[in-house]
Amino acid sequence: MSHAATSTMTARVASGRRSGSLTRTNVRLGERVAEALLLLAAVSSVAITVGIVGVLVFESVSFFRHVPLLDFLTQREWTPLFADAKFGIAPLVAGTLVTTLVALLLAVPVGTVVSMWLSEYAPRRVREWVKPALELLSAVPTVVYGYFALLLVIPALQWIASKVFSYDLPGSNMLGAGLVMGVMIVPYVASLSEDAMRSVPQNLREGAYAMGATRMQTAWKVVFPASISGVTAAYILAISRALGETMVVAIAAGNRPTLTANPLQPAQTITAFIVQVSLGDQQHGSIGYQSIFAAGLTLMLMTLVFNIAGFYLRRRFREAY
Amino acid sequence: MRTLSAKRPPAPLHADMPARPVEVTAPEDSARERANHPGMRQAPPQPGEQDAATPAPASLPIKAQSTDLHFHYGKFHALRGITLPVYEHRITALIGPSGCGKSTFLRCFNRMHDLYADTRYGGSIILHPDNVNIVASGIDPILLRMRISMVFQKPNPFPKSIFENVAFGPRLRGVSKKRELQDEVEKALRGGAIWEETKDRLNDNAYRLSGGQQQRLCIARSLACDPEMILFDEPTSALDPSATLRIEELMRELRDKVTILVVTHNMHQASRVSDYTAFMYLGELVEFSPTARLFQTPAQKLTEEYITGRFG
Repeated sequence: MSHAATSTMTARVASGRRSGSLTRTNVRLGERVAEALLLLAAVSSVAITVGIVGVLVFESVSFFRHVPLLDFLTQREWTPLFADAKFGIAPLVAGTLVTTLVALLLAVPVGTVVSMWLSEYAPRRVREWVKPALELLSAVPTVVYGYFALLLVIPALQWIASKVFSYDLPGSNMLGAGLVMGVMIVPYVASLSEDAMRSVPQNLREGAYAMGATRMQTAWKVVFPASISGVTAAYILAISRALGETMVVAIAAGNRPTLTANPLQPAQTITAFIVQVSLGDQQHGSIGYQSIFAAGLTLMLMTLVFNIAGFYLRRRFREAY
Repeated sequence: MRTLSAKRPPAPLHADMPARPVEVTAPEDSARERANHPGMRQAPPQPGEQDAATPAPASLPIKAQSTDLHFHYGKFHALRGITLPVYEHRITALIGPSGCGKSTFLRCFNRMHDLYADTRYGGSIILHPDNVNIVASGIDPILLRMRISMVFQKPNPFPKSIFENVAFGPRLRGVSKKRELQDEVEKALRGGAIWEETKDRLNDNAYRLSGGQQQRLCIARSLACDPEMILFDEPTSALDPSATLRIEELMRELRDKVTILVVTHNMHQASRVSDYTAFMYLGELVEFSPTARLFQTPAQKLTEEYITGRFG
């Protein structure tokens, strides 16, 4: 700084237009209170999560005092409420995975195509109507979807099975429940994927078009890969939703734990089992009561595994722009 | 109306027709219209009034002739009758203040406006040697863009590897053999003067290149489409001076292979790289001349005021 500038500054300081000390005196109470409230809110959400996991683990520990972990993982039957109780989690895990898989086989392709259409093809006016309508679908209570499955979809499937394949489809099955669950999560996949695709910068699209790409080529070869990170996040959310979905499967999948990979069979999911026990008159602290915590912990670990897998997939296939 | 083919016409350009002075190329009706249309304040350069340095346009084939071109964004009349030749294997610069319509004009040549709703073309741009009006509604913009490519203001490589970026165009054209793609990619990267920097890292993501390298990659990407003409939309405005200089050198090298139309904000750039310069103002063409003449002895007062920095 030049000498002249320094001296002007000194002069200005010396003139002391604003008097008063700079020492910290003002407490600013409002600020402090607001900060404290925000911190409390943040802490409480963490605390609640920790609490839930704590209870799950705690109750599961007493469950595993009675049931060897090896039995839990390897036995092929789950009958904790019977006199001759068996505690193999496999049937419930199978039921959960099969219904989830059926749901994803419907929701991922349909949701992706819908989002692609909304983002790249639909005129703005149409999109402004369709997207909120789609999101409204997720406001339908899941119990409604459950009855939709039981009273409409499954009878329809039974009719098709008997007429076309001469197959006697059970009145509740994982296919029907899974399909309805798929319909239920299409809006999530579509809406989130559409957000991801629309946030791809326009100059990438223009770059593709400028080289003679068609709309289809631009959409699938440029926009989709560029948005894959967000689209994967949408898929992961869909998986979590499907794994944790309760009402539809409790109503329509049949409530008998069966170790099968055949979606045409009835089976029970982890969530449906938890509902069944919670509604029943299991004594607090009984082994049947504790079994729902073990099942809940298993479900949480499954969701966690998929989330972590999704996280790594996202990093692996990321096309950052 | 003749149709437009995606392939570069096999015959040597203009083998079948004599060199075209501007007046001859315009379709009859447009020529008549132009006679009534005072929008253009100076006739295109005529033979005989050229600088010694620049070849007379009469001997130069025209790649594309815009005649009384109008363009509307909804109700906004953005181009008001532009009549301008684009000479083959020459660099034509479009200058003018922001909002004068130079980018809008550029984007008519590859029908980029078709991507957006509520846009309308009027008049004609006749592309040679096909001799078709490329802004006519019967023209397939996809086929057109296969032959006229574009480089954008901000480098816009795809979030893919360097190789895949350049291979994008050839793949669209149905090249799928690995060997052929490799050849095309190498050729294009050499053409874009970026082969030496990228040959050992073709599988790296293009976003790991610097801004100037990304822009040269984008040029290479457009070269891989074997274009007859490249549209540059302020290609260096996001780059530093040394990267800018490299792009400008590259444009001079490319001039032998392709016809170049470049929009620039930078008058020095126009005078450094271009052979012809068009000055536009408020959607109209004010003056079109060989670059040296436009900058040294502008015919219009408005041009003079703009190039001396009195506005814009």
